[in-house]
Amino acid sequence: MTEKDFLCLTPFLIIATAPVVIMIVISLLRNYKVVFGFSVLSLLAAFSSIFFILPSVPHTIEPLFIIDVYSLFFLGIIIISALLVTLLSYDYIKQLEGVREEYYIVLFTSTLGAALLAVANHFVLFFLGIETLSISLYILIAFQRSKSNSIEAGIKYLILASVSSAFLLFGMALIYTAFGTMQFGAIVAALGTGGQLSSLVISGFGMMMVGIGFKLALVPFHMWTPDVYQGAPAPVSAFVATVSKGAVMAILIRFFFNLRGFDNHYLFIAISGIAILSMFVGNILAIRQKNIKRLLGYSSIANMGYLIIILLTGSNRGIQASIFYLISYFFTTIGAFGVITLLSTTEYEAEKIEDFKGLFWKRPWIAIVFTLSLLSLAGIPVTAGFIAKFYVIFEGMKAGLMVLIISMIINSVIGLYYYLRIITTLFSTASDTKLPELSLSGNITLAIVGISILILGVYPGWLIDIIVRYVSL
Amino acid sequence: MILIYLIVILLAGAFLAWITGKRNPVLPRIISLVALSIDLIIIILYVLQSTPSDKDWLIDIKLEWIPQFGISLHLALDGLSLVMLILTFFLGIISVIISWKEIGSKVGFFHFNLLLILAGITGVFLSLDLFLFYFFWELMLVPMYFLIGIWGHENRTAASNKFFLYTQASGLLMFIAIITLYFVHGRSTGLYTFDYLQLLGTEMPSSTAFLIMLGFLAAFLVKLPVVPLHNWLPDAHTEAPTAGSLILAALLLKTGAYGLLRFIVPLFPSASVTFAPIGMLLGVIGILYGAKLAFAQTDLKRLVAYTSVSHMGFVILGVFSFNEIAYQGVVIQMIAHGISTGALFILVGQLYERIHTRDINKMGGLWEKAPVMGAIGLVFSMASLGLPGLGNFIAELLILIGAFKANILMSCLASLGLIAATIYSLRIVQKVFLGNKNTDWKMNDLTLREKAVSALLVISILWLGLFPQPVLNVAKPALLKTLIKQKEITYQNPAGTKNKTPGKKVLTVDL
Repeated sequence: MTEKDFLCLTPFLIIATAPVVIMIVISLLRNYKVVFGFSVLSLLAAFSSIFFILPSVPHTIEPLFIIDVYSLFFLGIIIISALLVTLLSYDYIKQLEGVREEYYIVLFTSTLGAALLAVANHFVLFFLGIETLSISLYILIAFQRSKSNSIEAGIKYLILASVSSAFLLFGMALIYTAFGTMQFGAIVAALGTGGQLSSLVISGFGMMMVGIGFKLALVPFHMWTPDVYQGAPAPVSAFVATVSKGAVMAILIRFFFNLRGFDNHYLFIAISGIAILSMFVGNILAIRQKNIKRLLGYSSIANMGYLIIILLTGSNRGIQASIFYLISYFFTTIGAFGVITLLSTTEYEAEKIEDFKGLFWKRPWIAIVFTLSLLSLAGIPVTAGFIAKFYVIFEGMKAGLMVLIISMIINSVIGLYYYLRIITTLFSTASDTKLPELSLSGNITLAIVGISILILGVYPGWLIDIIVRYVSL
Repeated sequence: MILIYLIVILLAGAFLAWITGKRNPVLPRIISLVALSIDLIIIILYVLQSTPSDKDWLIDIKLEWIPQFGISLHLALDGLSLVMLILTFFLGIISVIISWKEIGSKVGFFHFNLLLILAGITGVFLSLDLFLFYFFWELMLVPMYFLIGIWGHENRTAASNKFFLYTQASGLLMFIAIITLYFVHGRSTGLYTFDYLQLLGTEMPSSTAFLIMLGFLAAFLVKLPVVPLHNWLPDAHTEAPTAGSLILAALLLKTGAYGLLRFIVPLFPSASVTFAPIGMLLGVIGILYGAKLAFAQTDLKRLVAYTSVSHMGFVILGVFSFNEIAYQGVVIQMIAHGISTGALFILVGQLYERIHTRDINKMGGLWEKAPVMGAIGLVFSMASLGLPGLGNFIAELLILIGAFKANILMSCLASLGLIAATIYSLRIVQKVFLGNKNTDWKMNDLTLREKAVSALLVISILWLGLFPQPVLNVAKPALLKTLIKQKEITYQNPAGTKNKTPGKKVLTVDL
């Protein structure tokens, strides 16, 4: 490895070193605040190192890594989301009984797994990343060992994620059998000469789609989502919804675009079908939910359905749209789960819609952030979600994907219905439930999220400019 | 910059009202009054200062917003938007005053929403960028939703949801139409922009134009509303607080009418001609069906709401007549309906504050108790039925004349609406103020504040009925501009238009 290789891997080295340091610190002195502070600082350091290595990209470290602006962008989004989730977790995890510091170790390893997906250029790193991410997530999801819901969610995720990993691995093996290589570039080259795809390759891709579809919670691989979202601690649900899905999306886009999957008739039909199904199933099932975490789970299914539309646009503009969409979706989701996290205590998880009754009159500040998040999810102007949806619709229409865009529009209206239901509750007459006090870190997170949603909604030009100028595959 | 200030003042007022509302419930009211008065004064000063000119746009300002998509902050003022703005700020002030006693809780947030809606409406009347237009179009939705959902009556939640879903769904169709228009224009000229002035002469196949127009129509016809799509209106009006009903009826509905004039007719000159017979038919159905339903109501507020459907039928009838007289009528109708229906809603609100019911079967003989209120009610019922001397008469007469030139049958059917209006308007007076006392209510007459508001409205409707010319003069250049394209099309192939409907003269345009 050369010096430049090391330089380009700085963010990963920081994220990988941090949990080791935390482990050592814990064995010497168990102090929650120290561990928390160190985690925040490490993530900040990892994020700033991205700017440090920006001049040396694009850089390929054969055979596994490809570090280009695209991957750095995703890396940045992943680290920022991890940072926001860390900030949110402070109070929530602090209240737990027993060991708490270990939470941050696992948070780091899962972030590392997610970060690796952003730079993977090879099946081996792809699989390593996804497994590091998943195994850490089993622990995070089941972190509240005293709660049966949490354990149930953990086990459910463990079993289903293992099965999906098996599918993914088998798919990779089949493709390796066909082409004798596991590197994306080489596979693309081998495909280019072929012409008609052999059934071996098609089944290989099909199996990989199952694995990826599971991680993204696309219909029909979505069954785990509501249960896991409900059972996991609220900040972990935010993590699953943002970091984990974003990372898988990063590699899916890279793989799919390198492969020019949108040119393949079968893949095109399959992805369209999955997108439309995900939108409808996610939104329709969300309507009847009484538990906000479950509702957000279903809404995330629908959102991923909207997002994979851009896979079929087959243009760099589409990729740029997806990045903007992900950024806005991340802020929005962290905002929504953040509110749930901050209002929950060890004894009581604020997850039923009634728990939020009249929140606006008691805690106007939190309720505003929540309202903004929900409006953003629904795609109402002044919020980031509106511009993001517009961007996706725009690129979709440009590529002539009218059927998909029309289903997206229909679904926006369905989605609006259940988001409105929550907003109505927020503003209805207050009940007299007691709410916990807010912490500083929680307030900071909500402030960042709320302001970002507004800025991206009112003045998105600068971010779009940056994305359009630098990001391409 | 003056146009941006108009919106910024309202937005700043909105936030200020919210912040101060926690400490002192009077401050938000004063702040709102001040903000709206400043806007009204600015615009009136502008009217007095400016000299008549031939320019298409009196003020035109264009700043970059999201240049990557060709979206700009393009605001412009012409006669039509000027008239609508004055109406907006005037009724805005009225709505603050009438809420003085009615809204007792969460005062700051109420005025925040009120000013935000008005800012959205102002933006809608000024935007010359289609994306910006959609932005403002949606912006007025959310605060209106809160206004109905928080301060409304018993069934407010259902009503506000219905209102939001209806308008949002139709708005999204318009959004798709806007983006399609953007691409159609971009592909044929290479210039990708949402700018209204650029998109004006877009060349496209007539079938495409028709489809895109339908998208726009969906949004405007729901807002207006036109009969099969009017379902949200009675609920939203009935459940909203008085200021909410006033703004809904007097301003929000007008954004639909404004959209027809500003976007449908100029952007789709030939497609709108194709749609005209259907449009006029929808108008006539609205007039008659709305009147019939108004007559059948026992809830006074619902009754007034249905009269809106009927009056708005005249607007769509006029818009699709494509001639200047009808368009003048449409502008007057927008203002007159805003004032007269607004006044009726205020009256219902005042009654409800006193006797806590809206059921007209429980009222009756109230004239004795409240003669001033009765007189005001009589004036606006007369306005509603189109009594000469009051604004609505001018409006409906002009529209009927204009429509007569375009389509005799429709015009005759529509004039039946005047009889229907007489029936339901007299029923209001009869059931509420005259007739037998069904319950012996203890109530006082109008207070000074209420009298002042009513007097202002009476003066406006009288002025509009007696001297409508100033309004017509201001709006005239804008209306002529709207019709230019229409004129070209019908002059180019007058035979073509006639061939489609042999024997009947469906459409003529004269200026």
